[in-house]
Amino acid sequence: MSVSLLWAVDVYGRVYSLSTGGQQWEQCQDAVLEFKRVTAVQQCCWGIACDHHIYLNVHSSDVPIRYQEETYENQRWNPKDNFSDHLLPSDRWHWSDITGLEHQPLDSFLLPSTNWEWEGDWYIDENFGGEPTEKGGWTYALDFPATYIKDKKWNSCVRRRRWIRYRRYKATDTWAKIPSEGHSGPLPDPFNDISCGGWEISEEPRGRLSLWAVSLQGKVWFREGIHHHSPEGEGWEEVSLPGEVVQISCGPGDLVWAVLWEGQLIVREGITRDCPQGLCWVVVDSPNPEAGAIHVAVGDNVVWAVTKDNKVWFRRGINSHNPCGSGWIGMVGEMVMVNVGLNDQVWGISCVDRAVYFRQGVTSSELSGKAWKAVNVPRDGDIRSHSSASISKGGPQRAVLEVGTCPSSPPPEPPPIDPDVPKPRIPKVTSDSFISEMLSDRQVKQEAATTASPSIPEEEVWSNVDLEETQTHLAVGLSSVATYTLCQGEPYGADEHPLWAWVSGGGCGVNFWTLLSLPALASSVQSMSLSISPAQTAAWRKQIFEQLSERSKREMDHFKHYEQSVWVKKGAMQWWRDWKPHKWVDVRFALEQFSGPEGNQDGILFLYYNFNEEKKYLHAFINEVTILVPVLNDSKHTFAIYTAERTKQRWPIRLAAATELALLSVSCCDSRGIQGPPSKQAIWSVTCKGDIFVCEPSPSLEACPYPTPCDQMFWRQVGGHLRLVECNSLGVVWGVGYDHTAWVYTGYGGGFFQDNIFTQTDVKCVYIYENQRWNPVTGYTNRGLPTDRYMWSDATGLQECTKANAKPPSPHWTWVADWTIDYGISGGTDREGWQYAADFPRSYHGHKTLKDFVRRRRWARKCKLTTTGPWQEVPPIPLSDVTIVLCGAQSSVEPIPLWAISNKGDVLCRLGVTLLTPAGTSWLHVGTDQPFKSISIGGANQVWAIARDGSAFYRGSVSSESPAGDCWYHIPCPERQKLQQVSVGRTSVYTVDQNGNLWFRQGLTPSYPQGSSWEHICNNVRKVSVGPLDQVWIIADKVQGSHSLSCGTVCHRLGVQPMEPKGQSWDYGIGGGWDHITVRGNSIEAPRVRMPSLTPSLTSSLTDPLRPPPPRSLLPVMITEMENGNAVRC
Amino acid sequence: MADDKDVLRDVWFGRIPTCFTLYQDEITEREAEPFYLLLPRMSYLTLVTDKVKKHFLKVMKAEDIEEMWFDFEGTSLKWHYPIGLLFDLHASNTALPWSITVHFKNFPERDLLHCPSNSVIEAHFMSSIKEADALKHKSQVINDMQKKDHKQLWMGLQNVVLCSSDKFDQFWAMNRKLMEYPTEEGGFRYIPFRIYLTMSDRPFIQKLFRPISPDGHTHTLGDLLKEVYPVAIPNDDESKHYQVVIHGIEPLLETPLQWLSEHLSHPDNFLHISVIPAPSD
Repeated sequence: MSVSLLWAVDVYGRVYSLSTGGQQWEQCQDAVLEFKRVTAVQQCCWGIACDHHIYLNVHSSDVPIRYQEETYENQRWNPKDNFSDHLLPSDRWHWSDITGLEHQPLDSFLLPSTNWEWEGDWYIDENFGGEPTEKGGWTYALDFPATYIKDKKWNSCVRRRRWIRYRRYKATDTWAKIPSEGHSGPLPDPFNDISCGGWEISEEPRGRLSLWAVSLQGKVWFREGIHHHSPEGEGWEEVSLPGEVVQISCGPGDLVWAVLWEGQLIVREGITRDCPQGLCWVVVDSPNPEAGAIHVAVGDNVVWAVTKDNKVWFRRGINSHNPCGSGWIGMVGEMVMVNVGLNDQVWGISCVDRAVYFRQGVTSSELSGKAWKAVNVPRDGDIRSHSSASISKGGPQRAVLEVGTCPSSPPPEPPPIDPDVPKPRIPKVTSDSFISEMLSDRQVKQEAATTASPSIPEEEVWSNVDLEETQTHLAVGLSSVATYTLCQGEPYGADEHPLWAWVSGGGCGVNFWTLLSLPALASSVQSMSLSISPAQTAAWRKQIFEQLSERSKREMDHFKHYEQSVWVKKGAMQWWRDWKPHKWVDVRFALEQFSGPEGNQDGILFLYYNFNEEKKYLHAFINEVTILVPVLNDSKHTFAIYTAERTKQRWPIRLAAATELALLSVSCCDSRGIQGPPSKQAIWSVTCKGDIFVCEPSPSLEACPYPTPCDQMFWRQVGGHLRLVECNSLGVVWGVGYDHTAWVYTGYGGGFFQDNIFTQTDVKCVYIYENQRWNPVTGYTNRGLPTDRYMWSDATGLQECTKANAKPPSPHWTWVADWTIDYGISGGTDREGWQYAADFPRSYHGHKTLKDFVRRRRWARKCKLTTTGPWQEVPPIPLSDVTIVLCGAQSSVEPIPLWAISNKGDVLCRLGVTLLTPAGTSWLHVGTDQPFKSISIGGANQVWAIARDGSAFYRGSVSSESPAGDCWYHIPCPERQKLQQVSVGRTSVYTVDQNGNLWFRQGLTPSYPQGSSWEHICNNVRKVSVGPLDQVWIIADKVQGSHSLSCGTVCHRLGVQPMEPKGQSWDYGIGGGWDHITVRGNSIEAPRVRMPSLTPSLTSSLTDPLRPPPPRSLLPVMITEMENGNAVRC
Repeated sequence: MADDKDVLRDVWFGRIPTCFTLYQDEITEREAEPFYLLLPRMSYLTLVTDKVKKHFLKVMKAEDIEEMWFDFEGTSLKWHYPIGLLFDLHASNTALPWSITVHFKNFPERDLLHCPSNSVIEAHFMSSIKEADALKHKSQVINDMQKKDHKQLWMGLQNVVLCSSDKFDQFWAMNRKLMEYPTEEGGFRYIPFRIYLTMSDRPFIQKLFRPISPDGHTHTLGDLLKEVYPVAIPNDDESKHYQVVIHGIEPLLETPLQWLSEHLSHPDNFLHISVIPAPSD
């Protein structure tokens, strides 16, 4: 889990954060001002300071927030000046935007606020749609507006070029003031409450947030235009209201609730992607008619409220169709406020002791949780203040202020915390408690004026007090606050616990499963390994160790030879029967295992079935099994057993059984004597199901001319779930999940304790399609033609998939959200997510034309997998690709170069990667003018990368001294092809393009490492991995004529030799259903076979006599695979 | 200093060399060879003796075969006690291998439970775990687990014979949860333990006993024995009359009970303590 922060404000207005990886509350040192409230999300925290202004604290990241400004310089040709700035009167501006309509000279670009800075000066973009242009970056056309080309022709009359400049958000990790500007000047009214959320409403623009604010007069404002490239937003828009609002809460999705002055609640309706501020309010009554609501907190699917009597309430029946819910349930506990954080986890501040509480046991099935648990964590200040009285210098800024005012003050009273004693006024910084008190007071006073509570007139209290008090407080200076702080400071002691005013968990990634990783909470449920630490050296402990080792000697060491016997394990399974109609049939199985005198294990698996009333059996020798692959099935735990023979046939034994896979896996590993972690040379691969496999390469795997056939490779599974995995021969292994989380391999084996096996989660989407046909009477309806596809279907239309019957990919996955319309589908959509086409199945586009008679839209639903594996998360930046430097077996490079592409397309270089710290320390952002998608670092620090527009780049001057290199060299693509992926070996560079062609880079020399041209090797390739021996492995993809998606097959290039880096032909291994392979760890050179009598060309035509020659093209393999189905995808 | 998880490993991988001999009165077609096996201390007799049965069936007629049972020197061996406990209790100071007699007739109905299938063992095992968790956490942990988690515990134990680290990990990944407790309480609510005596008619002693005394002291193995079976503790001046054996070792009496419960419990989550007469030499 990545480290994330829980934010809180104490009653003195000091802001603290508690990291999920930390041990104590850290005071936010930058906060010169006291704060009233904070509202946090993962990337930033908003707050209202005691000056009633809003401040934004954007967390710094290894990847800075940068925005690319662009403008175009336009020129026209005339016979006199050649190309010049003299344009025709009817022409566009000399400097304009891309359309030519907007006048945009370079000096018209201003920084949006003082929180931004320019990264450098303007420069010319010399990349034109993936192709490098001539120096100067000009593109030519016949006239404006027209199609531009990069070469000047005889009829090119106009030209233009693109200038770009980056600005960077600089105010990170500091509180930046947000001006209170509305559309028409400054806002009339200071702010009183704030709530941030809404990031799940839309993916576009990236990082979009909703920020809601409440003014002192009870008006509600919506901050517009907050997204990744504009963290501060653009301006405030007033939202009309049915009353005066006291407090507001906004969830991660479309849930927004607010509390009215009178104690009712209002719910915002009509919040959508196109209208994040919603349309109208609906009033919901307070849970208790006697005591109105004073506080509300919403999450994804939950609403919690607090009433004036401090009772906590949970709203039943909240879902995306019914944001109002159906009823209130009273909860145990009395709180001043509650806050709903990520994963609907709930935080609160108790009105009894002002401690922060966490709601334990909140899960998706039990959203109301089980019990309140105090978060008892020391603050960083506690220790400091306690240690010495001379806090003036070493202490935080606050302490410096105190000293002057209060050294001689009498021993201060400890802040009262006893709820029974009437509360003296806590400073007005904590307006929340103040207001709630006021509210409750008001009612009391209205009913009985005898209360001993403050004598401020009621009217004044509400509308002005907060403001007035603050002003007084500011006017008087800091002394009053400071006195309090010192009061707090001196008796701090160990027993003194902080008094909290506000807590925000919106950025705190705690969920039920990872709860223990928050040390504060973990300390209350301690694990056993911690509990014994003080007793490490006790005599009793030593005695136990000694006796146990004696026991082992006595009872086991002399009797090892007893274990030579036969074990039989029997049971029932289901088998995908071999003859038609194929279906699952119940079979009995027996696994006979025997161990030889040397302790080697072997076994046979028997499957007993009936064929036409006749008893038959099928068997597999365990030592011939090459892989056991879990197969995707939405209702059963199924797997396929391959042997070399069955890999050739593309026809595995398919079985369904809940637990036997583990048993068989152990048997297979035992029979091959494989145990412990994979070696550094291991070949890693990932199936389309996300399962990870490793293979120990034999020395002859890369032998020439007789390599080990790759269908004989033995693969075993490693725990975890990944989309891709990359490694090198030093044993550094990284993976990327389907949700783009980066993972580092921690070394497998040995233990289950905290060091090795970790919880790993992954999230992906299941997609279904809603299809409609147009008819002249009713327009688009869900009544299709009789010949049409299902009105709810999968992508192909062949399979009916409704919202109700669609299942997560396998029983391991669970739904974590509801169905939502997917607007991100290629081809674009209209505002309701529809894509139009003339007929099914055609190419779809995002707007309706007259010729369109059908339309479809894609629905997505997120599901989540929780598993375990030897992987640890590398937070916080999500990745889409990663590569680790190639090296020989013996070389020791440190730090180890590792490059990655973030899921946003940023190129990143990891610093501090060593054998001891394979996760490295931080990212170094490498600037690019466009987003990238693939990267590879080969021998001698050769870095190649592919941009999202399909162009290739070579990074110059990368060395151990300059790990990030100095500049990008744009490499032209193969003719009319957009590149997709690159892999750089010791010297070879291979790329795969979007049409599945594999390309080899010709003409690479040490002095000219960019090479000269691309040479086509073959087609139907999805992925390529080039290793430290320049060995080439691919995942072969679908071929012509295949009518549906076919997953990949692992293939090995034969005949690759130093003088023949392109190899000769392919050898086919395990598949289909493979998505990824990396051979970048395998640096085991094959023993050289000298064959003086044969010239290299003859060698290549020789084939192993025991093996039929491999097919010439991929076609035959792929076709048989289609007939028999894929291994992994049923 | 070795790590505490090595204790768990040693305990998990404990094996007792055993020689199975067919009872002399069983009718055989030819002479039955003895059968040698390493028995996992953690497991149950009927769970790991399939091949013993198979071995002897080869020399016997089918009609002569009833339910298999075992004795050691005339004592019927209860399959529902863990193997390690049976050995500690009955055979601690005898020569290895442990010599067990195999019977196929005259099932001692008075002494033993029938074990028609592995599901009976599973039921027994799971009920022990549940009982232990009731003592430790008022059943909160076990009730929070899912069916598949329960299965994982059982599968872990079932596969203890495979001698595989994976199974150890599989079992402990789940069992670890059963071994957690709130720090502020310093331990479990009650320690699930059973004390077995060879020379008693009672099958075992089991009482409610907390890991921490009311005044906050850590209870030790000695404290437990003092409370429930003081005879087992040697007086200062006397020589030792009894051995207190857990997993074939004699922990010092000052060993904290909570630690013992976490590290030396059987997979059924009980601390099985054998009190046996000390050898007289």
